[in-house]
Amino acid sequence: MTAPALARPRFRERAAGVTDSASWLGRLMLAPAVLYIVLVVAVPFLMAIGYSFSTVTIGTSTPRFVGLENFRSALEDTAFLKALGNTAIFAVVSQTLVIVLASILAIALQRKFRGKWLVRMLILLPWVAPISLGSIGWLWIFDPVYSVINWTLRHVGLFGPDTWPIWLGQPKLAMASIIGVHVWRTMPLATIISLGGLSSIPQDIHDAAEVDGAGFFRHLFVITLPLVLPILLVAVLFGLVFSITDMIVVYVLTRGGPFDSTQVLASLAFFKSIDGGDLSGGAAVALFLLPVLAVCAVLLLRLARRSEVV
Amino acid sequence: MATVETKALRKEFTGHTAVDGVDLAIREGEFLVLLGPSGCGKTTLLRMIAGLETQTSGDILIGGKVVNELPPRTRKIAMVFQSYALYPHLSVAKNIAFPLKAQGAPRESIAGEVERAAKMFGIERLLQRKPRQLSGGERQRVALARAVVRHPDVFLLDEPLSNLDAKLRTLARDELKQFQRRLGTTTLYVTHDQVEAMGLGDRIAVMSGGKVRQLGPPQEVYDDPADTFVAGFLGSPPMNLVTVDGVLVGFRPEQLLPVSAASAEAATVPMRFAVERVEHLGAGRLLYGTLPDYAPNEKVIVSLAYTVHSSIEAGHTYEFRVHQSNLKFFDPTTGLRVPSRALPARKSA
Repeated sequence: MTAPALARPRFRERAAGVTDSASWLGRLMLAPAVLYIVLVVAVPFLMAIGYSFSTVTIGTSTPRFVGLENFRSALEDTAFLKALGNTAIFAVVSQTLVIVLASILAIALQRKFRGKWLVRMLILLPWVAPISLGSIGWLWIFDPVYSVINWTLRHVGLFGPDTWPIWLGQPKLAMASIIGVHVWRTMPLATIISLGGLSSIPQDIHDAAEVDGAGFFRHLFVITLPLVLPILLVAVLFGLVFSITDMIVVYVLTRGGPFDSTQVLASLAFFKSIDGGDLSGGAAVALFLLPVLAVCAVLLLRLARRSEVV
Repeated sequence: MATVETKALRKEFTGHTAVDGVDLAIREGEFLVLLGPSGCGKTTLLRMIAGLETQTSGDILIGGKVVNELPPRTRKIAMVFQSYALYPHLSVAKNIAFPLKAQGAPRESIAGEVERAAKMFGIERLLQRKPRQLSGGERQRVALARAVVRHPDVFLLDEPLSNLDAKLRTLARDELKQFQRRLGTTTLYVTHDQVEAMGLGDRIAVMSGGKVRQLGPPQEVYDDPADTFVAGFLGSPPMNLVTVDGVLVGFRPEQLLPVSAASAEAATVPMRFAVERVEHLGAGRLLYGTLPDYAPNEKVIVSLAYTVHSSIEAGHTYEFRVHQSNLKFFDPTTGLRVPSRALPARKSA
């Protein structure tokens, strides 16, 4: 027996201890993600909760605790109530459109046709392109003077010589515009999720429905959609959370205007706290929909787990 | 009830031919089994008849009418899939009712029809359950009930018993045959299991490489194989094939018998059999060895029934006999049957 012969097994044991222990390896792998979430999400989130119960502004050095005062005053603020209503319209209308269009697209993309790869790539494009870039593109499309939509519709004869809508300047059109851009932007993800759901249905089920005599609509509404529903719900919840918490489309296109007609809670919180300096007021606005989002998140996790088991 | 015919039916996928010019005529009320190894094109043929796959060329006729361009729902067929393909989110009752609803049957008649179909397969008490709450055997029954409910002209069954355990499969086979007899519906049944094929089929079509190698009643296909593929595919163990004087000679393992058990007629051919190994299988014995007089280098398997009592041990050579009519001759290059002939006489020392 020599010393090196004894030393080798010891080294092996130690190496096995680090990589083979499931719990330690798991912790090690999770550490970067946890660190990231704690620093970028958890800390600001806790700060926001703290701010919302205080009088902190950009200029104060000694904030006071004021309880629910910030929430109470937000509820009395007409701008807040308007933003709350806008958020609801923005989220519900955009996600309804997204889910209907994404389902149609996913069903179409399941079929075989020439140039499918190109269509698939084009559909994914809005998702992979940087959103600020995409939104700036839309800013040009909606431009009051050079709007390509207006130009096209006038040239095909749909708009008369006196019709020249200002897309981002008229309240209803502005809302329609930001909903349109948001749908354009979030549809790819919903389409991919729906496609995943559709392809999880065994081909035999479709064949059986066809042999059993189902026409297109019966096949779609009695077989395909009910089977894909749990996964579609995941897409809806994702979309809802995203629509309620995101402000980039509003920020780039309208800044909440005209007359706050496109102001949503996320953008209002931003303008109030960052532009206006009222950190506590902004935090209260931002946290207002937390209970709704929490319910969405719980449902999302539950559905994700359920569709994993099935 | 209807006849089903295919004429020079072909299906090509990119790079290979799945079905290669199949001519088949299924009679009215007949139970025809498509038998073959996996990848032989039998399921593709069935799916083309169902309308789920479009043929590259050739015609499909159901009830004498060309249905090439018709979608599955107008072909008056019902299909049972290997996976049963029950709609997982619908109850058993709704699964069975689905074809009727799709057909636009009057609402008040649907419940009665579902009840009748469920009764036929003894699944009335399962009607409110979901497919995931059923056993394999129950699912198979639901799939059959869904197939019969709308009185199709033709049943297409794609290995419907392969997901059942061995015991249940024998039972289900018997039930399937009985129910087909009762209904008298033309049935096309796909399987790779020769026991199922022999047991169920009025006729069997043995397929290989996209072609029908032989079509005939089970016993005929077993006794008189058209080529070495059929000879080797049917039977367990398969037919022994040994080369004697440049021709392939085939006989079934159960046809070579010890002298004491063989009939003493003049029409038998004596052969010595050198036993290398004996397997006791309970219901009989399998003997592995060679024929030293004819093909000393080729393995031969002999299957002795439980009723054959001759004492046989490994390492010894025994005198065996095979009936002349049981010897089949094949061309070694094409594999096709050639006329029977006498085996050259060998000295049995």
